Amino acid sequence: MTQYYVQQLVNGLTLGSLYALVAIGFSMIYGIVRLINFAHGDIAMVGAFSTLGLVAVGAPWPVTILVVLAVGALAGVTIEAVAFRPMRNAPQVTGFIATLAVSVVIQNVGIMVFSGQPRNFLFPDVMRTRVPLGPATVSLTDLVIVGVTVVLMSLLVVIVHRTRLGMAMRATAENLQVARLMGIDINRTIMAAFGLGSALAAVAGLMWGGRFGQIDPLFGFVPGLKAFVASVIGGVGSIGGAVLGGYLLGMAEVLFVGLLPPEYAGYRDALVFTTLILILLVLPNGLLGRGVEDRA
Amino acid sequence: MLELVDLHVYRGATHVLRGISMTVDEGEVVALIGANGAGKTTTLQTVSGLLRPRTGEVTLRSQGRRIALAAQAPEAIVRLGVVHCPEGRQVFASLSVEENLMIGAYARRQRTGIAADLARVHDLFPILAERRAQRAGSLSGGEQMMLAVGRALMARPRLLLLDEPSLGLAPQMVETIFAVIRDLNRAGVTILLVEQNAAMALELAHRGYVLENGTIALSGPAEALLADEQVKHAYLGIAG
Repeated sequence: MTQYYVQQLVNGLTLGSLYALVAIGFSMIYGIVRLINFAHGDIAMVGAFSTLGLVAVGAPWPVTILVVLAVGALAGVTIEAVAFRPMRNAPQVTGFIATLAVSVVIQNVGIMVFSGQPRNFLFPDVMRTRVPLGPATVSLTDLVIVGVTVVLMSLLVVIVHRTRLGMAMRATAENLQVARLMGIDINRTIMAAFGLGSALAAVAGLMWGGRFGQIDPLFGFVPGLKAFVASVIGGVGSIGGAVLGGYLLGMAEVLFVGLLPPEYAGYRDALVFTTLILILLVLPNGLLGRGVEDRA
Repeated sequence: MLELVDLHVYRGATHVLRGISMTVDEGEVVALIGANGAGKTTTLQTVSGLLRPRTGEVTLRSQGRRIALAAQAPEAIVRLGVVHCPEGRQVFASLSVEENLMIGAYARRQRTGIAADLARVHDLFPILAERRAQRAGSLSGGEQMMLAVGRALMARPRLLLLDEPSLGLAPQMVETIFAVIRDLNRAGVTILLVEQNAAMALELAHRGYVLENGTIALSGPAEALLADEQVKHAYLGIAG
């Protein structure tokens, strides 16, 4: 019985890690440009397919992770420059529609290049090793996913709170106009938010593929939507909130499936979105979000 | 040092500045007074590059060069030494006091001298040294004003644009802030001061402009404006 609960806990942490990594990007991007980037989940797909390519050419895994981070960052920065920057002063709805359009484009390019057939995505065999954890054993894959997530989040915290660029990003997120008055080049801070957020999403895609074993060009959208839910639960705009929301959502989803009779398992997505509605009814700004006044 | 010529500025569809011309000479304190909505903040935002004029010129004369500011981005204008301290303080509430001051120095190409300037700001406003690690949002209104001024000073302004520094402050705090503005000017900083508190502004300033509905209604030496019946009646609260 203990084995069962430890396993569920680890499953929740693993799923939560993936949601959190993607949710961070939603929050960072929203925090600076007040844009919900619906193409963000598709960056995870880009990361996963890049991984397949790198594995095919025999790149070692540590190198693969670094390259996937870079590919994600590049994809995010490119999307911002090509699709979102030209309409930065347009009404919010226009930007919102643009992100949906970019998402559709990325998915369809994916289908054209890789076809819509799901592909197997395998981590090396060693990742299936069972590792003892207290009274139970868990798979190495799950430990690595949680571990990589913690490392990446720590790096992000250092960048955001200990560097000049991070300070400029926080200032821009809080007050874009005054940030400009202080000489901050907001194009650079916006690029940084897209780059960092998308790098994390791409690695989340890599780990998603390894954890669930299959990927297709559309797989990023639904996890992306759930990560968006996670960032809203935590308080969109807050990085800490995105992490909290990601883990809460991952845990809730796993507990729902694990504790209720199996015939309810198909309703897990319904649960996610019901949770969102309930939390927003009680806490319109999410758990850690502060009221955001709209900038004129 | 700064010259505005026949400036027309719109906010959306609203024609806010309707052809204003004014100058600020090196070493001066110039007060820009007028009622709410007359266009005072719009004038400062046009100089600092947040707004672009429809027509007209904004020229900075600096070290023998003439620079058209209307074509520059705000972040470039700061680097020219034109620093805008915005209305309502607008410190970065979630950043620490020290980070706010460092953001002030963000635009400086020369990274040397920042520590010395930080020490000077701390001398000027000791409370900012005491509260350096605190979130700026936790400061009182007066302390936030000191922080906003300190942050602007960290950019090493040659021309400082101050928008309503007395807004919402206790009288004693207003005295403190105005004393600092006077000292800064004596130390060589040129100042364009926008104020609702016309009496205080004109007592401090060398010259003044009165803005009404987007045009300059009156201008002249500060003492002359203080003595002007129309100004007394409309802006100084003294029945004529």
